[in-house]
Amino acid sequence: MKRRILPGFNLSLGYSLTYLGLIVLLPLAALAWKASGLGIGGLIELLRVPRTLAALKLSFGGATLAAAINVVVGLLVAWVLVRYRFPGRRLFDAAVDLPFALPTAVAGIALTALYAPNGWIGQWLAALGIKVAYTPSGVLVAMVFVGFPFVVRTLQPVLETLEHDVEEAAETLGARRWQIFLKVILPMLVPTLLTGFALALARAVGEYGSVIFIAGNIPMKSEIAPLLIVQSLEQFDYAGAAALGVAMLAFSFVLLLVITLLQRWSHRWAEVAP
Amino acid sequence: MNKLIAICAVLGALAAGTAAAKTVTLLNASYDPTRELYRDANAAFAAQWKAQHGDSVTIRMSHGGSGKQARAVVDGLPADVVTLALAHDIDVLADRGLIPAHWQQRLPDNSAPYTSTIVFLVRKGNPKKIRDWSDLVRPGVQVITPNPKTSGGARWNFLAAWGYALRQAGGSEAKAKAFVHALYKHVPVLDTGARGATNTFVQRGIGDVLLAWENEAILARQEIGGADVEIVVPSMSILAEPTVALVDRNVDKHGTRAVAEAYLKFLYSPQGQEIAAKNHYRPRSPQVMAKYANQFPQVHLFTLKDLFGDWHQANAKFFADGAIFDQIGPGT
Repeated sequence: MKRRILPGFNLSLGYSLTYLGLIVLLPLAALAWKASGLGIGGLIELLRVPRTLAALKLSFGGATLAAAINVVVGLLVAWVLVRYRFPGRRLFDAAVDLPFALPTAVAGIALTALYAPNGWIGQWLAALGIKVAYTPSGVLVAMVFVGFPFVVRTLQPVLETLEHDVEEAAETLGARRWQIFLKVILPMLVPTLLTGFALALARAVGEYGSVIFIAGNIPMKSEIAPLLIVQSLEQFDYAGAAALGVAMLAFSFVLLLVITLLQRWSHRWAEVAP
Repeated sequence: MNKLIAICAVLGALAAGTAAAKTVTLLNASYDPTRELYRDANAAFAAQWKAQHGDSVTIRMSHGGSGKQARAVVDGLPADVVTLALAHDIDVLADRGLIPAHWQQRLPDNSAPYTSTIVFLVRKGNPKKIRDWSDLVRPGVQVITPNPKTSGGARWNFLAAWGYALRQAGGSEAKAKAFVHALYKHVPVLDTGARGATNTFVQRGIGDVLLAWENEAILARQEIGGADVEIVVPSMSILAEPTVALVDRNVDKHGTRAVAEAYLKFLYSPQGQEIAAKNHYRPRSPQVMAKYANQFPQVHLFTLKDLFGDWHQANAKFFADGAIFDQIGPGT
């Protein structure tokens, strides 16, 4: 029999499942239980309110766009950090994690201070007639901020293990640089990019602390779905809050599922393609 | 055997020692802008209690949005007393059986030892010439006020605006609704709490006028905004009554009823009233009010009871889901 690294397969599996149950599934079950007070009819009724729809659209639309931006810029940053050596690289590398470490409220206040019409960046944008803070663009900025490290940190280890000889082989076969990037490197990175996209998206959808300061929180315009949940709680409407939570969870689950499927498909594609 | 006796003696002495220098701890769950007030009141009360009873009292504070604090106490925050922004949030505790339904009659003045009102904070020199509520709906004026669904202070703002419109010559419910509807069209940012709105106005420089608690406005002018803002007192406003109550279920569990009761009564004492006035809350005591008269300009004040009955009614009418605020708030 093959020797396993961790002793006692049954025991470690038991621990894993118990832990997963306690930490992840139990709170979610409690959420579903609270929401059940409303019933399916109530949930549908809730989702048909234009204000709820607008908030969900902003949360999921903003998060998707933010994740897309992060995938493009994150790829560039990860590439630069892995492939080039330059002074201050380690410092730069460490700075990528800052959005992880910063309390989200602090991030929100800092971003608002920067982008408000009297802030460092905001005053220049205001001169051009662009408003960022207290608009949906502000929400996007905060979402990009919190999601950024996820993309870079997922890409880095994969980029480090990319084989140089593949690129060299492509070069000897006469491929141009953009061909190497598009046809050799990118296909190998697609699954990882999707993972980064999924993580950044999930983080941005649920983000409350930093977004709340920079969004104007005007219903139908710049109100995010988590704020609606908080508002329901303020009115002691636990069932309504939980129902919205369940709805967001369901959307996120479907999105993550689609991304996982895409990933498997792209894995296969990456293996077959060369 | 001797050793055992010695140990027992030492333990006994320790037990006696702790009994003699009793320390009582109270937890006060309050809302955001009372930090400075209770820092002063707690120190004064602890000194008084120590002088009268010889025991030390430590009062720990928990601050947060008023509604959030009420929810925390319902969910098990072991607060001995609650000192919240509006009676509605304490009603919630009564609805859940933590305190008796008649809690508001247990202390004088509707259980509100100090009051405040809603005033305007404007930019230095009042460039938009804002004098009264009607100026807020002039074209080009931007008003900062938090969301009444998440902020207790914002509910007072909303009701003050409504009451002003209702009390005008020829005022009616329909006119009040139209006025408040127009007012919220001038709100560019809807913060979740009063302190957030103050920051948006003072630090971020958004808006021409901030609707604020009088105590917050005075504090903002003195501390954060410096010389950049001015207070404008409108012709009429609402008498905001932040209420206090002891949480029966928790004090009985902790055995702290006597201290908690004395603590709340202290707020009504001349010393407590003086502390409230110094922290820019309007005192109930006429003597203390007279002493600080120049700090609190005369305003025609209407009460919640005058115009809206009680909080249950006001809440159902204005702030519940689908109620008037949802019909006429920003974005509608």
